[in-house]
Amino acid sequence: MAKAFINNIEVEFEKGRTILDVAQQVQVKIPTLCKHKDLCATGACGICVVKVEGSNRMLRACCTAMDEGMKIKTHDPELIEIRRTVIELILSNHPNDCLTCGRNNDCELQTIMADFGIREELFNKIVKEIPKDSTTRTIELEPSKCIGCGRCIEVCQNVQNVWALSFLERGINTRMAPAGDIQLGDSPCVRCGQCSAHCPTGAIFEFDQTRNVWKLLQDPDIHCVVQIAPSVRVAIGEGFGYPVGTNLTKKIYAALRRLGFNTVFDTNFSADVTIMEEASEFVERFVNKKGALPLITTCCPAWVDFMEKYHADMIEHFSSAKSPQEIMSTLCKTYFAEKKKIDPAKMKVISIMPCTAKKYEISRSSEMSASGYQGTDYVLTTREIIRMIKQAGIDFNSIPDEESDHMMGDYSGAGTIFGATGGVMEAALRTAYNFVTKENLPKVEFENVRGLKGVKETAIMINGIEIKIAVAHGLGNVEYVLNKIKKAKEKGEPLPYHFVEVMACPGGCIGGGGQPYGVTDEVRMIRAKGLYQDDEASSVRCSHDNPFVKELYKDFLGAPLSEKAHHLLHTKYVPRPEYKK
Amino acid sequence: MWKYKKVILVKDTDTGKETVRFSELFNSALRDRGLDGEVQVIRSADINVYNQGIVVKIIPGNITYSKVEEKDIDLIVRKSIKKEEALKEIQIDPKDKQVRIVLRNCGIIDPENINDYISVDGYKGLKKVLEQNDRDKVIAEIKISGLRGRGGGGFPTWMKWSFAKDQKNDTKFIICNADEGDPGAYMDRSVLEGDPHSVLEGMIIAGFAVGAKKGYFYIRAEYPLAIARVELAIKQAREKGLLGNNILGTQFSFDLEVRLGAGAFVCGEETALIASIEGKRGCPSPRPPYPSISGLWGKPTVINNVETLANISPIMHKGGEWFAEIGTERSKGTKVFALTGKVENSSLIEVPMGITLKEIIYEIGGGVLNNKKIKAVQTGGPSGGVIPEEYFDTSIDYESLQNLGSIMGSGGMIVMDEDDCMVDIAKFYLKFCVDESCGKCAPCRIGGKQMLELLTEISEGKATFEQVDKLKLISKAMQKASLCGLGQTAPNPVLSTLKYFEQEYVDHIKDKKCVSGKCEALFIYEIIQDKCKRCSLCQRNCPVEAIPGDRDKGYAIDQKKCIKCGKCFEVCKFEAVNR
Repeated sequence: MAKAFINNIEVEFEKGRTILDVAQQVQVKIPTLCKHKDLCATGACGICVVKVEGSNRMLRACCTAMDEGMKIKTHDPELIEIRRTVIELILSNHPNDCLTCGRNNDCELQTIMADFGIREELFNKIVKEIPKDSTTRTIELEPSKCIGCGRCIEVCQNVQNVWALSFLERGINTRMAPAGDIQLGDSPCVRCGQCSAHCPTGAIFEFDQTRNVWKLLQDPDIHCVVQIAPSVRVAIGEGFGYPVGTNLTKKIYAALRRLGFNTVFDTNFSADVTIMEEASEFVERFVNKKGALPLITTCCPAWVDFMEKYHADMIEHFSSAKSPQEIMSTLCKTYFAEKKKIDPAKMKVISIMPCTAKKYEISRSSEMSASGYQGTDYVLTTREIIRMIKQAGIDFNSIPDEESDHMMGDYSGAGTIFGATGGVMEAALRTAYNFVTKENLPKVEFENVRGLKGVKETAIMINGIEIKIAVAHGLGNVEYVLNKIKKAKEKGEPLPYHFVEVMACPGGCIGGGGQPYGVTDEVRMIRAKGLYQDDEASSVRCSHDNPFVKELYKDFLGAPLSEKAHHLLHTKYVPRPEYKK
Repeated sequence: MWKYKKVILVKDTDTGKETVRFSELFNSALRDRGLDGEVQVIRSADINVYNQGIVVKIIPGNITYSKVEEKDIDLIVRKSIKKEEALKEIQIDPKDKQVRIVLRNCGIIDPENINDYISVDGYKGLKKVLEQNDRDKVIAEIKISGLRGRGGGGFPTWMKWSFAKDQKNDTKFIICNADEGDPGAYMDRSVLEGDPHSVLEGMIIAGFAVGAKKGYFYIRAEYPLAIARVELAIKQAREKGLLGNNILGTQFSFDLEVRLGAGAFVCGEETALIASIEGKRGCPSPRPPYPSISGLWGKPTVINNVETLANISPIMHKGGEWFAEIGTERSKGTKVFALTGKVENSSLIEVPMGITLKEIIYEIGGGVLNNKKIKAVQTGGPSGGVIPEEYFDTSIDYESLQNLGSIMGSGGMIVMDEDDCMVDIAKFYLKFCVDESCGKCAPCRIGGKQMLELLTEISEGKATFEQVDKLKLISKAMQKASLCGLGQTAPNPVLSTLKYFEQEYVDHIKDKKCVSGKCEALFIYEIIQDKCKRCSLCQRNCPVEAIPGDRDKGYAIDQKKCIKCGKCFEVCKFEAVNR
């Protein structure tokens, strides 16, 4: 520990921490527009400048390491004046679209301008009109609103390793855009939406489909089914003033019914079905030696897209089981439609997801329409459903709890932890263990696959055989795992892993690109905790013990990996070009 | 080794046109006397004598003759070459205030021949360093010399080296920053083209001192000759065992590679230069960490400017104390300047630190062009500022120039006279920085552009004093909150012109006048009736019919219609149109 002074207050700090971080120890939140806790500092905005005694330079608090004995001043009239001028300059380069902007009332630039009491525009407007790019149909780029903070590029290149976004041109013409100045839809973008979750303004925004959904809800001839993803329940509350991580499953069911959805299902149920298929697939490959090992999970559409673009040589390792969203939608238009005698042509399935890539998944291949109809009709992100609830005037905070529609609404604890990194692996192991040993695990929790470490490697014993496992989250962490596998394959060495879980977003779906803003590792941990508590509170902890899942197989599918299950619940993967020509 | 014992430098200092002919005449005179194997004739680029006809300098001895005529040639060869006597009638003793350390070999040796360089004490510094085999001694010697970075910052070179030396890392790098980009500057280019080995030697010594095995020459692609000569020099040095494994038979190995800059001025900034070599967008990164600690690919990296590196060999060879005797208390050695603008003798000069601007302009530069009234000198390129005449007695060193609101910079020095408008000058330099801003940080990206718009309003007579206040406000924000030197110093030309020539701003704003006649939007075209011959040429050429009248009544310009295109001014044969 070293010592220094901030505004004459002595602080002890760990060496290597920045002035911005250390200042928080003495209750100073130095304003900034470019620094995000998740990301390396770029030093782009120039607002976080502070003074250090003995130097007439001002230092950027976000990227300057605190030094032993430093005497820092974080505010004085001169610093405030300089920050104000910089903010006024940024304002002069930003359109005045606040009232019609998606980030109205939830915008970091707006907030900082309000804090600085900017009441007039000091400088002439220099705003270049650059057309919107909606070509991915999942994320929209609006470069004229970009303040050049570089967060989206930092997250796209250095966290996600996708390299779809970059800066183009120079000086005042500098703009964020897909590398090579192409359309985002033609770029390597995997639609994870992390750029939109990190953007401080409305320059990158989810492709809003709330109006399409309102239209469906208005149509009396259409039966609207809705499903909610595991991680939505512990994040939605942030939009209504709840503490982070509060589990609001039953309030969501109630609110969705009041919005006009006819049937409310839970994606946690179909997560249980995914486990039935995926665990069976694993046992098939591991015990019966049918198919390539390691088996790699495929619940995450951004990861699937990434792999098809960058690692198509790994396709044989991919689980062919569809994601929980697609399993639910397919079963709605087959199993549910049959049972309830609803014409699937007049049924629409809307899913509430933490994710922008899910908007892409619904039409990614022909298997998504295995029911004869496109399984999912619309995907709304958590941010979109929060807006819809508010539009309807539903008092979410005081709405009484309701239950889901049971047929595909009840879930096991294994289904709910899908939303956190390691959750799919943990759920699959619980069931795979049972499939091999015909017994349930004495202790179902696998602490080794939980938490935010980029790559988690561990092993478990089933029937005296060691199963080696890796869990990676954040696409930037995938390379390490895949390289290890590829190297072992090349050299003919023993496999480093038998089972691998990958989720594109850091932290898994709880940190998804469609979740409420302001995600940091701290927030991720608390949201994940909410899911693990939901698991602990469940009477059924394993997917194969879910009575409604058993009923599904008994009445409709037969057995996991049956022909019918294969036809409806599995998919294929193809190599895709990084850049569309 | 050097083939020739003596050298004759020849230069036509009037027009330059006769240099070749006189060189040939010397050559044939030498052949006649059988001296052509001993004496080399070089067509010199600059002998530092101006407007003195054909000037001839004989090395060694430094006998200089001016106004040499054809009849003198044979005499010079007979007396000065054979007997080393001087011809008093045409000999001059040029009071050369210059001291040549960096440019010591430029124009004298053949830059494409390593043996030429070796014959003038080349690689002796390196040899000494390797014989001593003590890194600390090298750095101590540089410390004694007091050498500071010549790229503009003036950071003590020994400190940079020492930081990198102290880093425990197997991989370290030396980078030569040859991304010279200031308008009108060509110091580095001249050294690389005229004496590439001196820079090479400096880099090898730097590599030894900090423990680097690899170096990069970052040269701007617009310098093809410099690139070719550096590449040739690298090849020759490798052949001689001065580069590569086990240099001169020692344990020390070091090699060099050339990387080309792609035309962005900001890539002269250390961290942007590193990003560029790494193949990334050439944008600066926050410092610290400084490159000496974490630079190229995260490894300790020393980045020195061409001129800095050219000083290393003589310092190691002749000793730090010798170097420290030249210059002032805190600024040692010499500085190369590209003296240009409204000065009689535009040239590349190398002067000892501590010399005054007056000495440079009047004694070396020969005074102002066309006997106009001098207004100021601009130093430091787009990051620098203007210095008005009353400060011409200031000594040239890092601190003094900074105190005047300018900087040493990399060595641009532009003389300005009464015809130069200070608002226009500020606009010119600012525009350069606005165009060259990488766009990464908000203060520079937006601030620069806003300042340029404000200056444009002033130069067009559309401004009030509020614009000046805004200029000052943005300047301060840019100086303090920009990420790199480009943005931090971009307001300097504006601030220094405001400081010393505020009246010119007032003229533009209040009186809507540009006394220097530069700001076109403020011109008022008028016909001087006394001079007008009523030829009607102006009327016929005016594109907007703003000149009513006829041959009887005469002509006058309708100011409301006039678009200030200047056509009438151009076509009038009697200078009867005033602006």
